[in-house]
Parts: sequence; C-alpha cells; structure tokens
Amino acid sequence: MLRPYKLGVFIRGWVFGPGQGNVKTDGSSPRSMVVFSKIGMAVLAILVGSGGVIALFYGAIALVERFAQGRLKHRLLPWVFLAPALLLLLAYLVIPTVLTVYVSLLDARSQTFVGLSNYISLFTDKGMGEAFRNNIFWLVGVTGVSVSLGLLIAVLADRVRYESVPKTLIFLPMAISFVGASVIWKFIYAFRPAGTAQIGLLNGVITSLGFEPVGWLVERSLNNFALIAIMIWLQTGFCMVLLSAAVKGIPQEILEAARMDGANEVQIFWRIIIPMIRSTILVVSTTTVLLVLKVFDIVYVMTAGNQGTEVIASRMFKEMFSFRHYGRGSAIAVILLLAVIPIMVVNIREFRNP
Amino acid sequence: MPWLTRTPVHLTLITLSLLWTLPSLGLLISSIRPPADVLATGWWTVFQHPFEFTQYSLENYRAVLGAAGMGQALLNSFTIAIPATVMPIAIAAFAAYALAWMEFPGRQWLFLAIVALLVVPLQMTFILLLRTYRDLGLTGTFTGVWLAHTGYSLPLGIYLLCNYIRALPRDLIEAAAMDGATHWAIFTRVVVPLSMPAIASFAVFQFLWVWNDLLVALVFLGGTPTVAPLTITLTNLVGSRGQDWHLLTAGAFVTMTVPLLVFFALQRYFVRGLLAGSVKG
Repeated sequence: MLRPYKLGVFIRGWVFGPGQGNVKTDGSSPRSMVVFSKIGMAVLAILVGSGGVIALFYGAIALVERFAQGRLKHRLLPWVFLAPALLLLLAYLVIPTVLTVYVSLLDARSQTFVGLSNYISLFTDKGMGEAFRNNIFWLVGVTGVSVSLGLLIAVLADRVRYESVPKTLIFLPMAISFVGASVIWKFIYAFRPAGTAQIGLLNGVITSLGFEPVGWLVERSLNNFALIAIMIWLQTGFCMVLLSAAVKGIPQEILEAARMDGANEVQIFWRIIIPMIRSTILVVSTTTVLLVLKVFDIVYVMTAGNQGTEVIASRMFKEMFSFRHYGRGSAIAVILLLAVIPIMVVNIREFRNP
Repeated sequence: MPWLTRTPVHLTLITLSLLWTLPSLGLLISSIRPPADVLATGWWTVFQHPFEFTQYSLENYRAVLGAAGMGQALLNSFTIAIPATVMPIAIAAFAAYALAWMEFPGRQWLFLAIVALLVVPLQMTFILLLRTYRDLGLTGTFTGVWLAHTGYSLPLGIYLLCNYIRALPRDLIEAAAMDGATHWAIFTRVVVPLSMPAIASFAVFQFLWVWNDLLVALVFLGGTPTVAPLTITLTNLVGSRGQDWHLLTAGAFVTMTVPLLVFFALQRYFVRGLLAGSVKG
C-alpha cells in the first residue's frame, strides 16, 4: 500500500519536478504539505459549497413542516421550494438587467443623465462600426459554413458503415473550451519569417508549396476569417448532431418511393431531405447565431480585438475594464439584448413545436 | 450504390475527419516534444520516424503544472465547477418541483417569466453586479463565482427540469401523497430518482459550461492566481509566454483533459445536455 507520505513525495516530485525542491524521503518537507493543504482546501470548499445548499433546503423545509400548520403550511411550502431560485434570479438577472438599461443612459461614471448619447456615440464610432461589421462576418461565416458542413456530414455519414467514426471526430471539438481551441489554432497560425523553419501547420503547408509565409492573425484582410475558422471548427459538430437526428427521422418509405420514381440522390437531397428537416435547420441556425452574437473568448485570447478584429462582446469588455466607460458598456449590452430577443423567440417557438 | 459513385462520399468524409482531427493531434504531439524541438521544427516532422521514443517526454507537463501554475489552476477549476454544478441543480430541481406539482396562485406566469429570462445575455448584468460585488467584497472569491454561475444557469435549469418533472406520471405522485408522504419525501424519494436522466444531462452541460467558461471567471474572479481557473491561467500564459509553445500546448491539453474524459465517459448525457442547453446566454 502507498503510505500517505510516499504519495506526497510522489505528487511533489511529479508536480514540481526533480529540479525544484530536493526530494527527501522522510515526508516532512513543507512542499508536500503545501500540496496536501491545497487539495484539502479545495475539497473542503467543494463540500461546503455543494452541501450548504442542500442543508439550507432541508432546514427550511423541516422548519415549515414542523411549525406551520394546515392551510398556512400549504401556502408557505411552495415559496420555500422556490425562494432560493427566485432570489438568485432577481439578484443576478432581473435587477441588473433593468438597472443596466438605466445606466446606459448615464455618463461614463454613472453620475449624470445623458439620454441616448451613449448609443449615438456608439453608432458613429469607427471602432464600434468595425465591431458590428466583424460580427456580421462572424454571423454569416460561422452559421453558413457550419450548418452546411454539418448537414453535408450528417447526410453522407448516414450512408457509410463507419458512420460513428467521422461523427465522433467532428463532434469532439465541442468538448474543448474556446480558450483551449484558441491555443490550438494559434499554434496552427504560428508565423516565422521566411527562411526559418515554420512550426505552424498552415505556414508549413504554404512554404512547402513554395509561397511566402503569411501572418494569418496580423493581415487585416485575413485575420477575421482566421478567427471565424476556429468557431466553425467548434460549432460544426453541434450542427451535425442535430441535423443527423433529423435526417434519420425521415421515413425510409418516402426516400424509397422517390427513388422508385427515378429521382437521383441530388434531387432527393434538395426536394425531400431539406424541406422535411426545415425546422431543425432553423433551430440549428438560430442557436448558432445566438452563440456567435456573444462570441468573446476567441477574439480575447487570439488578438485581444487588435488589428481590426474587434467584435461586439470584446468591445464591451474593453469599455468596462479598459476605458471604464460604464455608460457605453451598458449601451452595448442593451444592443446585444435587443439583437438576441427576436432570434430567441423564433428559436424557442421552433424548439417547442417542431 | 455502385462503387464509383460512393468514392466521393468516402473521400469527403475522410478528408473532413482528418481536417477536424489535425489541429488537436498537432497540439498533443507538440505537448510531448522537448521544448527545443517544438521551437525548431514543425510537429509533423515526428512522423519521419514516429517510433523513436526518445523524441517524446512528459517534461512539459511537469513544467506547466508546477512552475507555470496550472496545478493550482486545475484545483481551482474543480473548486469552481463542482459547486457551480451542484448548486444550480439543487435549486432548480426544488423550484421545478414547486412549479410542476404544487398548487399556488400565479404558477403559470412565474414559469413563463423564468423562461423569458433565457433571452438575457450575461453581458447585461456584469456592470451592475461588478459594483455590487465590490461593495460586498465578493470579487475574487469562490462564493461569488459559484453564485454567479448558479444565477445565470437557473432559467435554463428550471426550464429543462420543469418540463421533465411535469411529464412524470400523475398517479405516482398522487399515490405517494395519499399515503401521507410530505412534499419533501415525494421530492427526494420519487421525483429526484425518476428525473435522473434530465438531471444528469443538465449536470454534464453545466459542468462543462463552467469548466470551459472564461468570461464569467474574468469578470468576477479577475486574474488572482490563487483563485483563477484553468481558462484564465491559460489565457495569461498566452499573453506572457506566447512563444513558449511547449508550455502552451501542454497547458491547453491540461485544460482539455477533464472535458474530454466527460465526453467519452458520458457521451449520451453529453449530447443530450448540449442539445438541451444550447440556448444558454
């Protein structure tokens, strides 16, 4: 059996490496204590955080069950079940949303009322115009490409015996965070001056074909599309899974009947498959649009919004934390909300009755 | 179908699969190459003699977990993500039960109002909450970020769980009530066990959402290394050591291991949760 101190030495050796801290075998070294106390603190925090909520409910409900009688109990109990949810919803969504609309009408420090001037300055601002334009590139590019590719893969994979292999591989990026994906792609786009060995895949391919290496994230005509490609890589799997389920839902008899009537596969695709999964295509597209409208992480990690790659959400982050202009930051959030509402309504309606 | 017409189908599928896999493969291979090699040659050069195992090492992982602070960040990510998954599930499940099976005035309206909150982008709330957090001293605390993730996920959680719990057979719940079971007993012994598929899907979705989140963590935790999760630490690493590809690739892979494990172990719930949760703000 592995004694605790041996485990400590093992963890320390593995985490900190042999170079740092001389490995002693008596287990009394402070470094292993540090690792243990850190893990201990984390476990404690997790237990308190997770257990606390359940204990809270148990206590409150037990109190009501015990001391309230008859009708009072009957009327009180639902609100005990609902109270934590309602309080958090009010505190984190309802009140901040209402107040943000108000703050968007105030100046940078929220001291004087300035009417709509934050909105006017946003719509006339050059940087913001760029952010709007880029967001439209993102919306069209990501939605168009990932929905069509997702559909293509869904339809094609349906016809081969190894169906689950390409589907799993293409779906896998969904598990990766935007930050992780950004690092993966930053490495693909890595740029070295001509003449040196390229370590980025894309420039490796380009230079081996005899072209000059390209600064994918710096060239203003390319960098937005380089970022959009990352989102397509992440989102196509999602579109594929939903569309694949819809394609499989089409009754085989209909397809067979069409084939008997002499329709070829292309005609079947355009005249039968597409119309029959129309509502799924709509849900997938609106969901992707909602995601892309609020895209932030990729831009923040890859370029920090420089070299003309700003989008709405990264611009808002800048207004909040770099410029400290709370009025304009709030105005951007309100614009985002107004853009989201109609799409969300379509989405929920289609999602509920397909 | 004749073999000739099938060839393009196979070719398209294989090409796309390869394209989709290459980026992650490059990351994985680079993360186990010695730093000097990573910077000197492209990762694809290992395929010239792939079985020469001296060209691989785990040194980068050791460096990134220790000196670069990813070890602490890994702990922080767990400390953030587990309670930020348990809390919304518990709170949403209780609320969903009340909305589905308890009688009180305004029940329908309340449910609709909660669903309507799905439209609110998180960005709407940051400025106000940030000020409140500063006044209450919650900035940079685990409690603050747990509560934020919980609040943000409740509309979705209540919507999903309520739809599921409402569809449970009425006879079952009425029979339990006839036997004199309290709401607490019905909830814990009947409703929760029967709702496990929905709870599991939401749990997987929420855990991955929190684990992969950067924005909420940046806003409410800032960059303090003692509380920063993996996503922030990796972002900082990109900023401060942007050319140290041996660290970045290993670091990125560290952030990906847990979601990938969840993906492979719980693929069914993962897909369901993802589909159900795709509308989240």
